[in-house]
Amino acid sequence: MPLIEKGHIVEDSFVRVADDEALPEGASVLVGIDRFLTEAEALKARQAPVGVVWPNNRPIAEIAPHLGQLSLIALNFPSFRDGRAYSQARLLRERLGWQGPLRAIGNVLRDQFLLMERSGFDQIEAVKEADAEAFDEATHRYTVFYQPATDARPSLLRQRLGRTVPGVRS
Amino acid sequence: MYAYDEFDRAFLAERVAEFRDQVGRRLSGALSEDEFKPLRLMNGVYLQLHAYMLRIAIPYGTLNAAQLRRMAHVARVYDRGYGHFTTRQNIQFNWIKLEELPEAMAALAEVGVHGIQTSGNCIRNVTTDQWAAATPEECDDPRIWAEILRQYSTLHPEFTYLPRKFKIAVTAAGHDRAAIKVHDVGLRLHRNAAGELGFEVLVGGGLGRTPFVGKSIRDFLPARELLSYIEAIMRVYNQYGRRDNIYKARIKILVHEIGAEEFSKAVEAEWAAIRDGALHLTDEAIAEIRDRFIYPAFETRTDQPAELVDALADPRFATWHRNSVHTHKVPGYSIVTISLKPVGAPPGDATADQMDIIADLAERYGSSEIRVGHEQNLCLPHVAQKDLPALWAALDAAGLATPNVNLVNDIIACPGLDYCALANARAIPVAQEIAKRFADLDRARGVGRLHINISGCINACGHHHVGHIGILGVEKNGQEFYQITLGGRADEHAQLGTLLGPAVSYEQVPGLVEDVVDTYMELRAGPHELFIDTVARLGVEPFKERVYAAH
Repeated sequence: MPLIEKGHIVEDSFVRVADDEALPEGASVLVGIDRFLTEAEALKARQAPVGVVWPNNRPIAEIAPHLGQLSLIALNFPSFRDGRAYSQARLLRERLGWQGPLRAIGNVLRDQFLLMERSGFDQIEAVKEADAEAFDEATHRYTVFYQPATDARPSLLRQRLGRTVPGVRS
Repeated sequence: MYAYDEFDRAFLAERVAEFRDQVGRRLSGALSEDEFKPLRLMNGVYLQLHAYMLRIAIPYGTLNAAQLRRMAHVARVYDRGYGHFTTRQNIQFNWIKLEELPEAMAALAEVGVHGIQTSGNCIRNVTTDQWAAATPEECDDPRIWAEILRQYSTLHPEFTYLPRKFKIAVTAAGHDRAAIKVHDVGLRLHRNAAGELGFEVLVGGGLGRTPFVGKSIRDFLPARELLSYIEAIMRVYNQYGRRDNIYKARIKILVHEIGAEEFSKAVEAEWAAIRDGALHLTDEAIAEIRDRFIYPAFETRTDQPAELVDALADPRFATWHRNSVHTHKVPGYSIVTISLKPVGAPPGDATADQMDIIADLAERYGSSEIRVGHEQNLCLPHVAQKDLPALWAALDAAGLATPNVNLVNDIIACPGLDYCALANARAIPVAQEIAKRFADLDRARGVGRLHINISGCINACGHHHVGHIGILGVEKNGQEFYQITLGGRADEHAQLGTLLGPAVSYEQVPGLVEDVVDTYMELRAGPHELFIDTVARLGVEPFKERVYAAH
């Protein structure tokens, strides 16, 4: 599946490793929450970067003690109609101060790209090739935004408030 | 009226372009129906029993004449010549072709009207009192706050895929015409002892298959903290609302399962973290939105001008005046309700011609403003009393002066099995038949204020739980049956109705309702005791005995 980072289709430098698979030597790995918690010490000892898929049903605040050892956080959309990860993403960025890569995975479709960007995702793993190619169009359809969110887009409300909250996305 | 600025207009044009693209991708097969469905719903497009339906928002129930005329145009060109006003300050067109939807939407967008977030699991059209800025009862114009919420919630990145739909209602008057206690969030604007504006916040109200009256979680939220508090509620709900079962996904179930106190604690904790952030409303921000509301230039007039007093000698005019004209905050002006419930017609329907006539009359007599109430009637909020006789004559000629507002034949009904894919039973013909039984308006007036609400299925779009008489259509062995409840109400004393007894057949409903009304007439303490008060005093038992003995 194509990975979009900050608007461009890129090679995925992380290897998704199932809980029962051996960790590939020296590679950046993206692991599930169970493995991440049970093998915390072993993962810390690795030199290569580690990412975690944080589940929708676990409060995102619980990730706080682990942030220092993470190089990637992925949040899941089990269906594009399930919006829990939007709140998790905003809390990660705005409350927990996460500035590293934040990836949307799962049933990720073009018509939600903009919402994901605005909620703080800077990596998007698209289901459909055509969607990935339309990323630029999909995220630039609108020129005006009513409410402040995690991104740096100026919103009407911010303009009215006469200040801009600096976006956390670089 | 709220006047859209270039920002609002640009957004709307971009939204129409996006939907046009989505329809194109659906027609080409790039989008599956499953993927397309939430997108079309969030633009107000439903697939109904016979065709696509377009639901258009009338934010906080306020329209201008040009907008109503454009709705008439859409009804005429893209539909079958009429529209249906709903219980949520929306209008629905039932017969639009998918290919023509983007055209119809573009025509509406030109006058600032749209179907955005009239469906889907997002924050819906924010509703309020149809008498806003006209009634002497209110402490502020509630539409200012509804507009702030409309802007905040429009294409909100975090809250567009909630567990389920989310409805917010605002009232600023002591007498609640917005039914705030049966909304996901109800906001009651009032002033504290220091004279500051703030909201009582209720959560978890709602009808549908599991009805609840909302619980108050905050007595006084300073008005300028509205958005941060709403965001806290939405964030708690988005994370913890149930997603495993569509019937348990509304916020009312979460509030019920964890309790209002626990829910409130979670909201307060979230709020503490964000209340001083970007959502804090400054006085300037509020003033800027307030300034975009345009109010009529009221002239200095006195109540009961000669033109009115003379006209009151005509008993037909006097009857309408007593029923449909209400007190305005400015001397010499009145609020006029236009009944969309002529006896025998589908409740809430208006033809394209009627819409054009009402738009003309609003321009001539009503500062170009039209309101839509949840009772499915229209309203001209600012009419000079001297113009009332001429207004009445024009309304009467167009079949729009039925003096039955708040009477037994001012029935609220959903579209039911005649249109809706979800319905189990018909609602409109039941309303029509009951209205016919009380076609003698002297009899209806003798009965007094009595709200009948009819829903064609347990989703309760006709708000049957809060009808003084509630009628719910159910299906039993392939046949339509109806459950009757008594004593529900949607106002500041909101409560759910009590089941009268076993369900009855379609044919039995009108007679049963007549029996209920006759029983009330016998049992009431006097002509000033309303139906709802008699039921509160005596309970449903005396009604049950009498009605089921007869059937």
